[in-house]
Amino acid sequence: MGQITLQGVTKRFGEIEVIPPLDLTIEDGEFVVFVGPSGCGKSTLLRLIAGLEDVSDGRILIDGQDATEASPAKRGLAMVFQSYALYPHMSVRKNIAFPMKMAGVPKAEQDRRIEAAAKALNLTNYLDRRPGQLSGGQRQRVAIGRAIVREPAAFLFDEPLSNLDAALRVGMRLEISELHNRLKTTMIYVTHDQVEAMTMADKIVVLQAGRIEQVGSPLDLYHSPRNVFVAGFIGSPRMNLFGGAAAAEYGAQTIGVRPEHIRISATEGKWRGRVGVSEHLGSDSFFYVEDTGLADTITVRSTGEVDLHHGDTVWLTPDEGKIHRFDKNGDRI
Amino acid sequence: MATRQTQGLARLMRAPAIILLFVWMIVPLCMTLYYSFLNYNLLNPGMTSWAGWFNYQYFYTDPAFFEAIRNTLVLVLGVLLITVVGGIAIAMLIDKPIWGQGVVRILVISPFFVMPPVAALIWKNMIMHPSYGVLADVARFLGTSPVDWFAQYPLTSIILIVAWQWLPFATLILLTSLQSLDTEQMEAAEMDGAPAYARFLYLVLPHMARAITVVILIQTIFLLGIYAEILVTTNGGPGTASTNLTFLIYRAARLNFDIGGAAAGGIIAVVLANLIAIFLMRAVGKNLD
Repeated sequence: MGQITLQGVTKRFGEIEVIPPLDLTIEDGEFVVFVGPSGCGKSTLLRLIAGLEDVSDGRILIDGQDATEASPAKRGLAMVFQSYALYPHMSVRKNIAFPMKMAGVPKAEQDRRIEAAAKALNLTNYLDRRPGQLSGGQRQRVAIGRAIVREPAAFLFDEPLSNLDAALRVGMRLEISELHNRLKTTMIYVTHDQVEAMTMADKIVVLQAGRIEQVGSPLDLYHSPRNVFVAGFIGSPRMNLFGGAAAAEYGAQTIGVRPEHIRISATEGKWRGRVGVSEHLGSDSFFYVEDTGLADTITVRSTGEVDLHHGDTVWLTPDEGKIHRFDKNGDRI
Repeated sequence: MATRQTQGLARLMRAPAIILLFVWMIVPLCMTLYYSFLNYNLLNPGMTSWAGWFNYQYFYTDPAFFEAIRNTLVLVLGVLLITVVGGIAIAMLIDKPIWGQGVVRILVISPFFVMPPVAALIWKNMIMHPSYGVLADVARFLGTSPVDWFAQYPLTSIILIVAWQWLPFATLILLTSLQSLDTEQMEAAEMDGAPAYARFLYLVLPHMARAITVVILIQTIFLLGIYAEILVTTNGGPGTASTNLTFLIYRAARLNFDIGGAAAGGIIAVVLANLIAIFLMRAVGKNLD
């Protein structure tokens, strides 16, 4: 079991309110990702759930039990830290055994769980090494192993992949998703990378300045962002946002069109512009179109091979059904 | 220093400093070694003759010699024990953010700036003195008779004084080590269900192992040569109860004017110091890597 409920949770550091009162329910077995720009309070929120910070107001319920005042150890949650936080003078085996040793798990049971975790995480050959002798990806797996053996109610991940290189990050992303499918345990994952959020989450929580901007499945957020911030944050490359006359035409303060919902043509279309930088990836091509009079640049994604070059005049046509409209408060119309 | 030429040049440039250091060490050592085989007394400097092993024999058969070695070891170990345990405790206390942290830290460190004879005099006349010392006042206030520290517990008194002087050094080194401890590691241990004593035992102590080693090695070097505190307070007495090897050599050289005997004692002290150094490096040196 691992249902976590936040009721009016607030965090203040002195006079500064970093998290205004916030309500959120995380269902048992869900993979929830907190995403937002740096400094949005997502790590603080995770530390509040973990019990590493005291809440200033509100309540945290774990499986219906009030855990607001419970010590971190008593909450039955396991955390994987950004720096991995392995114990440097202990072998991998002792690192993984540490939480069980503290909980007084019998030695035979400890060994059984260590073997199982090591097998699941490909660490069997490294059990007697020290963390200093492992690569970044292996250390990450040890940190996850140390969390798994506790059989926690929920896993908390604090930007676990940000110290890894790009190739390893993709691999670990798949491993963590696979782990979630196998264990079916609640996972809360904090990241600033919206690609990680989109690929891994059952439910994404978009945060800005401590406030929840939107909660929903990745595709909900992609198809119907609730406001301009979410629209600009989710999706890669970013959504094109522009105001002025073009928006007024659709009866909105701001409109947004995703790069993949704009057709580009050399001969005809709605908006005229000039091709700036173009990136050809084979499967896709990205064009950064300038001088449209709508925004500095408009990003356009086109599939296949389009024969356009720097400086060419082009015409852009948005897919009318895929235009997002926002009012003057930035909320979706 | 990649090529052979630059290596040769580097050696040439280093040579003067290394030669100077070597000469500085080897000349006094050889002279002491030479004197230790002479009958050489300053009261009668003209009558110098070859003594063979007599000086060593004389030292060895002196009942004060073994007591001095024992006192030296008790002094070193006692001070190390107090400073390491106390240093860890104080470092952990002043590592916590408290009001007036800067002032507290300066106060903690200040005993290290007091010169040894001054510190010893303060302890002798103002703290441990049986009639007007602070401890005597406390004893009278509690209704017991004051303790005459230097007469009743001479070696313990000196250990206390020296420990007081070296506690700041240990605290300082251990504090810097404590501050480099990763907070995420401590938080991870907290989430892993480790109570405070377990976090101390499994995380803090292993992390400080290297700093503790440094404290032990450096202090041992200085503590083997403790002299001023003894001279100022007990003068090695009563009898030889607080005479260490350094003080015994001083007595031979400056009270008996026996240069040969003092030199023999010096050589014995050098051998003893090296034995302790080898033992220490075997025991704790592996922490230094």
